Amino acid sequence: MRATRGQFRVVVVGGAALALVLAACGGGEEDGDGGEGGGDEELSGTVSFIGSWSGDEQDSFLAMVAPWEEETGVTVEYTGTRDLSQQLTTGIASGNLPDIAGLPGPGPMNDWYGQGALQPLDFVDFDTYSGATPEGFADLGMSEDGTLIGVFTKAAVKGLIYYNTAVWTAEPPATWADLETAAGGLATGETAQWCVGLESGATSGWPATDWIEDIVLRQAGPDVYDQWVAGELAWSAPEITAAFETFGSVLENSYGGSDYIVNTAFGRGANPMFEDPPGCVLHHQASFITDFFVNEAGATPEQFDFFPFPDIDPQYTGGVTGGGDLIGMFNDTPEARSLIEYLLTPEAQQIWVERGGFISANSGVPLDVYPDETSMRSAEILQNAQTFRFDGSDNMPAAMSDAFNRAMVAFAQNPGDLDSILAGLDETQTDAYAAD
Amino acid sequence: MTQAPIAVDLPTQEPAGGRRGKKRRPGSVLHVVLTIIMLMWAVPTLGLFVASFRTAEATNASGWWTAIIPPWEFTFGNYDYVLNRAGFWDSFVNSLFITIPATVLVVMVSAFAAYAFAWMHFPGRNAIFVVVVGLLVVPLQVTLIPVLALFRDASLGGYELNGTIMAVWLAHTGYGLPFAVYLLRNYVGGLPRSLFEAAEIDGAGHATIFFRLVLPMSVPVIASLVIFQFLWVWNDLLVALVYLGPVPANHPLSVTLANLTTNFGGNWQFVTAAAFVSMVVPILVFFALQRYFVRGITGGAVKG
Amino acid sequence: MLVDLFENRLALALIVVLGVPAVLVLYIVAVEALLTRVSRRVSAAVRPWLWLAPALGFLGVFLVYPTLATIYRSFQNRRGDAFSGLENYVWFFTRSDTLIALRNNVLWVLLLPLLVVALGLGIAVLVDRVRYEVVVKSVVFLPMAISFVAAGVIWRLMYDLNPNTGTLNAALDLVNGPRVAWLSTSPINNLMLILVGVWMFTGLAMVILSAGLKGISAELLEAARIDGANEREVFRFVILPLLAPTIAVVATTVIIFALKTFDIVYVMTNGNFETDVIANTMYKELFANGQQGRAAAVAVVLLLATVPVMILNVKRFKQQEEVR
Repeated sequence: MRATRGQFRVVVVGGAALALVLAACGGGEEDGDGGEGGGDEELSGTVSFIGSWSGDEQDSFLAMVAPWEEETGVTVEYTGTRDLSQQLTTGIASGNLPDIAGLPGPGPMNDWYGQGALQPLDFVDFDTYSGATPEGFADLGMSEDGTLIGVFTKAAVKGLIYYNTAVWTAEPPATWADLETAAGGLATGETAQWCVGLESGATSGWPATDWIEDIVLRQAGPDVYDQWVAGELAWSAPEITAAFETFGSVLENSYGGSDYIVNTAFGRGANPMFEDPPGCVLHHQASFITDFFVNEAGATPEQFDFFPFPDIDPQYTGGVTGGGDLIGMFNDTPEARSLIEYLLTPEAQQIWVERGGFISANSGVPLDVYPDETSMRSAEILQNAQTFRFDGSDNMPAAMSDAFNRAMVAFAQNPGDLDSILAGLDETQTDAYAAD
Repeated sequence: MTQAPIAVDLPTQEPAGGRRGKKRRPGSVLHVVLTIIMLMWAVPTLGLFVASFRTAEATNASGWWTAIIPPWEFTFGNYDYVLNRAGFWDSFVNSLFITIPATVLVVMVSAFAAYAFAWMHFPGRNAIFVVVVGLLVVPLQVTLIPVLALFRDASLGGYELNGTIMAVWLAHTGYGLPFAVYLLRNYVGGLPRSLFEAAEIDGAGHATIFFRLVLPMSVPVIASLVIFQFLWVWNDLLVALVYLGPVPANHPLSVTLANLTTNFGGNWQFVTAAAFVSMVVPILVFFALQRYFVRGITGGAVKG
Repeated sequence: MLVDLFENRLALALIVVLGVPAVLVLYIVAVEALLTRVSRRVSAAVRPWLWLAPALGFLGVFLVYPTLATIYRSFQNRRGDAFSGLENYVWFFTRSDTLIALRNNVLWVLLLPLLVVALGLGIAVLVDRVRYEVVVKSVVFLPMAISFVAAGVIWRLMYDLNPNTGTLNAALDLVNGPRVAWLSTSPINNLMLILVGVWMFTGLAMVILSAGLKGISAELLEAARIDGANEREVFRFVILPLLAPTIAVVATTVIIFALKTFDIVYVMTNGNFETDVIANTMYKELFANGQQGRAAAVAVVLLLATVPVMILNVKRFKQQEEVR
């Protein structure tokens, strides 16, 4: 590959010129096809790609890029890794970087752009891209100087509340108060209101950070949410404290008590919901959890369904939280450009959507191609969100987000320590945001 | 190599086989103690082994010990998935290509150094040796960024080391040396002085002493070193990923197997099968080298 | 393309199997051949360095240079563009969570070597007397061959809270014992993690000590027995003194492993429930938080912690020199 670098340079110029021409004469809709159709004569060799997708996800990703490979004759060399931060930090040191990579979050993304490692994605038609993605997604991929450096293809809807269809037969609750009443009525004897499992290896606690984010967004509103995520609002502020307290009451009414909650893998957290008698009525989790219901609890798709997280304070109605996987470019080659353009097209994303386990960030992917009811409705929620907010902890500096995860484990174990936990988070906040 | 032409005055020892008959009649307490120890060590491994033949759902629902009792509901699904993973065999071969030279390099290079440390005199000998052993504590993770940067800046004559299999061998050799030198120096240093004096009187040079005397006499300790170095390199994930970077064609088995689970930790049941699949080769090495852990082999080798 | 791949692989295989050892043997032969051409004084002075050269080269590139760079880096700020004095060290010694990590490391350094060496020695000595030696050794050795990720899976099954799936709690259930949250109850959770370490590392101690034990001549043991020593006395007065240097090597190695213990904690609890250790802190600062200066300071603290162990080793080697 090294030997062919020289040839690439020539092509880069050609490719850039071509992109200019396309941008000048092409409309927004054709943009996606531009990389595919326009450049295929010059493209050759390989594109290396490091991502966090592995197992079935890796297979689906490779299926998604297969048509592009066939069209262009370029091979995608994909490497999956557990730890993107480690892989890319060392890659920057060695100069041995993939052409394209998944990025662990906006914080490192900006650092790496500042170091000159991450390349601008100025060839992407920003208006088309941002128009097709949920509110806030496109901005998250912008550097501090306003250049697009990261894009989303895969998204996740958070804050969905799952239930066992045999237990919860009522209509979705309109408000949090309704939900508490209804769940309280169903929780009797051996059945608790909630199932919560927080264990997740190096990121234990994250399911509870999603809880806090969902509560803050609906209880204190998007402005408070934004300030808090940006580090402008202390953790000990009344709004955040109140969110922890609301979550504290959820924990109180959860299956198994604190030992169960902190020791149970999140993927198995909802297993008691499908036992007989059910251990709990409800489970709060992101859209991908249905795979775990089937594989780990042995549930059939008819056995579960979900409703969106209800409003808490009616003045902040319609809030939705979600996440997604950022992609950035480290080597500016025409092949890499072409692949990114291809990956952003609804046609490409539809391939993975049809294989399952993928909520598209692109609203151009028609809802009816989703293979099952739950993923289709998740995508619908994402597309129709009035107030969309990106996963707050993913958007905080890494040290803050790590402390947040740990704090949730500590809080679930000892809810009485709330004040000292929040004080610790305040301390980390001062340190982490200053350093960033 | 066993037919050493050097006459060494060693106490004659019986061949290994002859000793067996002399083993003391062990008491029944000993058997009980050893059985308990075996059980303590085997239970977790056995649990993992049983889990590797079950579905995730079954493992979540009931303990592995219940699965041993019929009716058996074992499945080869996990193994099937692991063995048919794309790139499995390529990465298996890559693992051998990385592990074998990294092991040979560590053993030879550390044996040279151990011999020098133990039987040659030079200024600063102990100080240098302590530094070498002290390097054991250097966390591998902090070395990565400086070394990678060094390789990048010093790419020799346009040949890029980063991303090649050779970089991985070299790195593993560097990281394995402190332990290897320490272990071998201790053993080689413990060999009787009379042996070396006799050889020198016979006019043997250092190369002869080293290859005909030191190496054969150190076979048991070298066997244990080979076992560990092989195992560590074989199971290593971090060094391989970082030094190879985005070149999947060069990835060893450990990297391929680490990618069995999904982003959110789903499909963990494949990890159980993968653990046993990747264990096969190191265990074969362990068994193959078992025969060097027999009393009398060192004496026998020198006696010729 | 398949043929290319095959040919490349074949070439590589040849290099791997023949080339590497050949180069190394040739190196020593060449060195000695060269040294015969110079005067005895020169060769005596140069020889040790030439024998050491390959090792020192590797160590220099992969460990010494990065260590020096790390020490330098530990006095720099986050981005590595300005000096920050002792700030990174102050950070390490004033945070409550890093101090807990430090405390846990002390626990690891005390317990892990003690248990591993005692069990490894015990097993090595005991299996020496039975015919099924290989079986016992293989069983104890197996855990070393299991990846940390898989070890994480199995030990979660062992420590699981639910007595239907958790082995230990199922055993307690049989005797109507309490249900214990092994991994989240401080301070026993630290002990539980150390036990995973014992399970994984006893094989190492056993293999090395067993190799050492086989080096003790059978005649010596027989002579002691004929002189009327019972098995305990043979162990106490013959085996133990002769194995002492090997025990020291194993103990030092395990102490250092305990100092930089990382994977077990990372996989099992990631330092939650007051189980953090300093290498985990370092890893987090290095890769996740992008705080290379702080990570470097943690590494330097680890380096300094080995100084007492190294001093003991120097003393031991001086003794060995005098004895032999």
